[in-house]
Amino acid sequence: MLAPLSWLKDYVDIDISAKELEEKLFSAGFEVEELIDIGKDISGVVVGEVLTCEPIPDTHITVCNVDCGDKGTFQICCGADNVCVGGKFPVALVGATVYATAKDHVTVEGVMTIKKGKLRGVESEGMLCSGVEIGLNEDMYRGAGYCGLLVLPQDAQNGADVKPIVGLDDYIFDISITANRPDCQSIIGIAREVAAVLKKPFKMPPLDYIEDGRDIDFNITVEAPDLCPRYIGHYVSDIKIAPSPDWMKRRLSLVGINAISNMVDITNYVLKEFGQPMHAFDLNDLENSEIVVRRANDKEKIVTLDEKEFELNANNLVICDGNKPVALAGIMGGLNSEIKDTTTDVMFEAAKFARDNVRKTSRMLGQSSDSSSRFEKGVDEYSTQMGMKRALHLVCELGCGKVSKFHKDVSAGNSVESRPLTVSVKKMNELLGIVVPDEAIIENLSALGFEPSINGDDLSVMIPAYRDDIDSHVSDIAEEVIRLYGYEHIVPRFLDNAQVTCGGRSEEQKRILKLKKTLCAQGYYESMFYSFFSPKDLDMIKLPQDAKERQAIRILNPISEDLSLMRTTLAPSMINAAVRNLRRGNTEGRFFETATVFKTEKLPLESYPEEHMMLCIGAFGDKESFFTVKGALEAIAEAFKVEFTYEKSEKPFLHPGMTAAVKCAGKNIGYIGRLAHDVCDELAVEKPVFISEIDYEALSEIVNDKISYKPISKFTDESRDLALVMDESVLCGDVQEAIKSSCKYITSVKLFDVYRGVQIGAGKKSMAFNIIFTPDDHEFTGEEIDKYVQKILKKLAYTLNIEIR
Amino acid sequence: MIENTIQKIRSEIEDRIESFDSSKSLYEFRKDFLDNKDGKIAQLMKNMRDVPKEERPAMGKVINEVKQWAIARFDEMDKRVKAIELEKKNKAEAVDVTMPAEKNEIGALHPDTLIENELIDIFTGMGFEIYEGREIENDYYNFTALNTPKDHPARDMQDTFYVSDEFLLRTQTSAGQIHVMENKKPPIKILSPGKVFRSDDDATHSPMFSQMEGLVVDEGISVCDLQGMLNTFSERIFGEGVKTRLRPSYFPFTEPSVEVDVSCFECGGKGCKLCKGTGWIEVLGAGMVNRHVLENCGIDPDKYTGFAFGMGVERIAMLKYGINNIKTLFESDTRFAKQFKD
Repeated sequence: MLAPLSWLKDYVDIDISAKELEEKLFSAGFEVEELIDIGKDISGVVVGEVLTCEPIPDTHITVCNVDCGDKGTFQICCGADNVCVGGKFPVALVGATVYATAKDHVTVEGVMTIKKGKLRGVESEGMLCSGVEIGLNEDMYRGAGYCGLLVLPQDAQNGADVKPIVGLDDYIFDISITANRPDCQSIIGIAREVAAVLKKPFKMPPLDYIEDGRDIDFNITVEAPDLCPRYIGHYVSDIKIAPSPDWMKRRLSLVGINAISNMVDITNYVLKEFGQPMHAFDLNDLENSEIVVRRANDKEKIVTLDEKEFELNANNLVICDGNKPVALAGIMGGLNSEIKDTTTDVMFEAAKFARDNVRKTSRMLGQSSDSSSRFEKGVDEYSTQMGMKRALHLVCELGCGKVSKFHKDVSAGNSVESRPLTVSVKKMNELLGIVVPDEAIIENLSALGFEPSINGDDLSVMIPAYRDDIDSHVSDIAEEVIRLYGYEHIVPRFLDNAQVTCGGRSEEQKRILKLKKTLCAQGYYESMFYSFFSPKDLDMIKLPQDAKERQAIRILNPISEDLSLMRTTLAPSMINAAVRNLRRGNTEGRFFETATVFKTEKLPLESYPEEHMMLCIGAFGDKESFFTVKGALEAIAEAFKVEFTYEKSEKPFLHPGMTAAVKCAGKNIGYIGRLAHDVCDELAVEKPVFISEIDYEALSEIVNDKISYKPISKFTDESRDLALVMDESVLCGDVQEAIKSSCKYITSVKLFDVYRGVQIGAGKKSMAFNIIFTPDDHEFTGEEIDKYVQKILKKLAYTLNIEIR
Repeated sequence: MIENTIQKIRSEIEDRIESFDSSKSLYEFRKDFLDNKDGKIAQLMKNMRDVPKEERPAMGKVINEVKQWAIARFDEMDKRVKAIELEKKNKAEAVDVTMPAEKNEIGALHPDTLIENELIDIFTGMGFEIYEGREIENDYYNFTALNTPKDHPARDMQDTFYVSDEFLLRTQTSAGQIHVMENKKPPIKILSPGKVFRSDDDATHSPMFSQMEGLVVDEGISVCDLQGMLNTFSERIFGEGVKTRLRPSYFPFTEPSVEVDVSCFECGGKGCKLCKGTGWIEVLGAGMVNRHVLENCGIDPDKYTGFAFGMGVERIAMLKYGINNIKTLFESDTRFAKQFKD
């Protein structure tokens, strides 16, 4: 919301600097995003009177002597065609800063500092300026749009700073208005707040007008009061379309609106000043002398002022004459009834349209305006009334028409009066935690126009009609009091009154942290990726069309197709991270991510989907192998005191010879494998990439968090190494399992060597295992161990056809 | 005669004893003379039987002398050879201590997790429990129950991703407040971390980010308690002496609502680049729980009051670690990840 200081000063006596006002507004909840000093780039420009003016032969340049009062008289060269003896113009003295313009004399190209110089050999001490060069346009100052020198008034004192003369000593506050304060989307709304923080009276702009216009027989009906709770129409005759006065053009320009003509400018002025969107219909274009506010018919069409055509439906509200739509309610008028230079009679509209309907229509049609964005924030009916009065006053003030007696106010019955409310002073102070002195309560609420009074514990106020945000509770009043009284009065306390509670992480939360720390200890870095991914990611991992991972929840309004599906697997994000790292020249890396995947049986969603916690591990680079990554999984198993087993398996995106299903307690809990060569080729990846995905929730059900202590044995472990010869096809895991199950005293079976060679024979391999026997109630003898070894060998020979080497 | 033999033994020993560079061969040589059974000196003793009785003491003395001399001589040489051997061994085993270590590189947690852990430690110490909600929420919990009905303009404050008419990606962890209050009665102290989603994508906005929501509901809770708790939190996370400043703001689910700034921990409030010269840094939004929210959860707003606060975890991480682009947090670049070893 843009609010020029000069405009605010009309309604409040502001006697502090713009900077000080910015700070006061900030403490009251109005953050000034930018305080714009409109003349900040201009300095050292004074009023100069041209004493002499001689053309330099064969050029368009004249050399002038310019009287700059107490600054001196200077010889200045000038190329403008309107320079003349006796004329007063802005003079940029040596050292002054002004805008540099392009050859067109209109486009500003930056700020320049004036230096002494020579033009065609003639010395020049300063520069005579155009309006554009000192940052003005035609709307801001009459004559500033002329492509020559800016003519200053004859009564301007030579040598005086031009900034106050042309209004460049002004500031514009760009204020961020919170969603609860639509009333402050207006100059008077801001002015009321300024008045409150300064404890000064707020002066309402004049609203009076004389009804001396022609009367008319006209009808206004609202068929959709739910979408239009208030509609006011007022007829103005004898219109004389002309440019607006300078002061109005300047104000509109300061808030970013181009002046068009008096009638159009009045509607824009009221929009900015009162926050009330207005519309003016050319009465001669309204058929049957009537206005009907109704829902559009299906496929009904309208062409708006900007000559765009829209097809409507019953969700859109339109303003119609006796026959056709003449405006898209709250958004834009129709081309068929716009104000023209020839317009003589106007029907003014001030209305309140339902904010969400304006928003929906605006979104649906992709059509918006200052008016629609204002309605979307919420307009109060008090302003609707006031806005109409102000517009009619301005018609009189500008003398651009005659206000008729015809005034039609269609209301759904909402009050526009102040509402009484009584709250407990004690309750308010309890919520704030401090005791606000009664005088301070009265002072601050009075400043806000709440007409407060205190009687014992009862604080009675009248809620102004424009404050739709105020509910009927003590917290509303507490908020108003404290924001003006000041949060610096709050005395920090540390939950003195609260009961002691026992906090902490849940077991599940501790377990996840343990998982993360375990992986960090293994050299893995934690990742966090978006919860959504691309349909292309599902293709990248070559999922068949019927894969359950393709049953992904789709975002209806994604930022892009690449971020449109909720993840059903964590693998693609991890693979993408590896690819990204390799492309950036990071040749190795280890990452993990714990995150949810989203599963649903039914699409579109009818109930909460399952959010399932998964773990994904990724490692890439020449140092990695299937077994380094398997090592990370084994570390997890160790940390959670469970055992993982691995079974050869296949995945469409993984290497067919380097993929395993991971099992725990008989359950399939995930997979591990190397990214397949064809996938790597498609991704232009030349280093090995390994991926593992573990169903964390399934694992979490199995894990053992308890520390269970067994007394350490008095007896020493015995160890035996066995070198075994077997067929190439025999799996290490099967051998280990067979060894382990053959004797209850075996506590560890570790592979320490694999050998292939002529001594063993073709198609055979030798694996050497270290086996630990742990006794329970007596020291083992060599014979005992030998006996167990024989048992092992017998079992191996029988089940796996394995012989000792 | 015996003297000759002894002299011969002495010279045999002296001739070679200096020539050994291995304690093992020295020992073998020593055994030639000093072995209790077969050594040449032991042999001399055996020969005593053949000597007349009266000569035996004198002879024994001579033999004993040579034995003592030989032991001393061999011990001395053994010491010398062993010292040389040790030196050789040490030399052979010497390493270049500047060569790279053989270690397992340790990894690191994500910066978000580091901040979350820090916050969780602070707040669990104050008696907060941790509640983690869903990422896909329904409209009611994310908005309506938080005093933001369908046509409320505050919905425009956040651009929401929808996955159906009713379900959406939660835009705020505040959604968790309602689930907690529906199931738990005061006293409530909850901290709720989680991912949230908004349709925003530029250098300072990411469509997904993490929030940390706090909620306290009990009897007699006031704005003073809110600031007291925030002061403690700010000092713990940003450093001693860091103060908070409350200023009025608006959130549909709190009233009064405040923005909370902390005094700049970089310049101490004097004004610097980090705080854009203001001396203050905006870190979170907070306020007293709106009575409609309490009512929606079946908590008597006339008996209980509470406060809630919510902060962006990435914002805290970016401030604390000086990260300038939020996107780097979601890229897992190894050069980035390695800098967060805690």
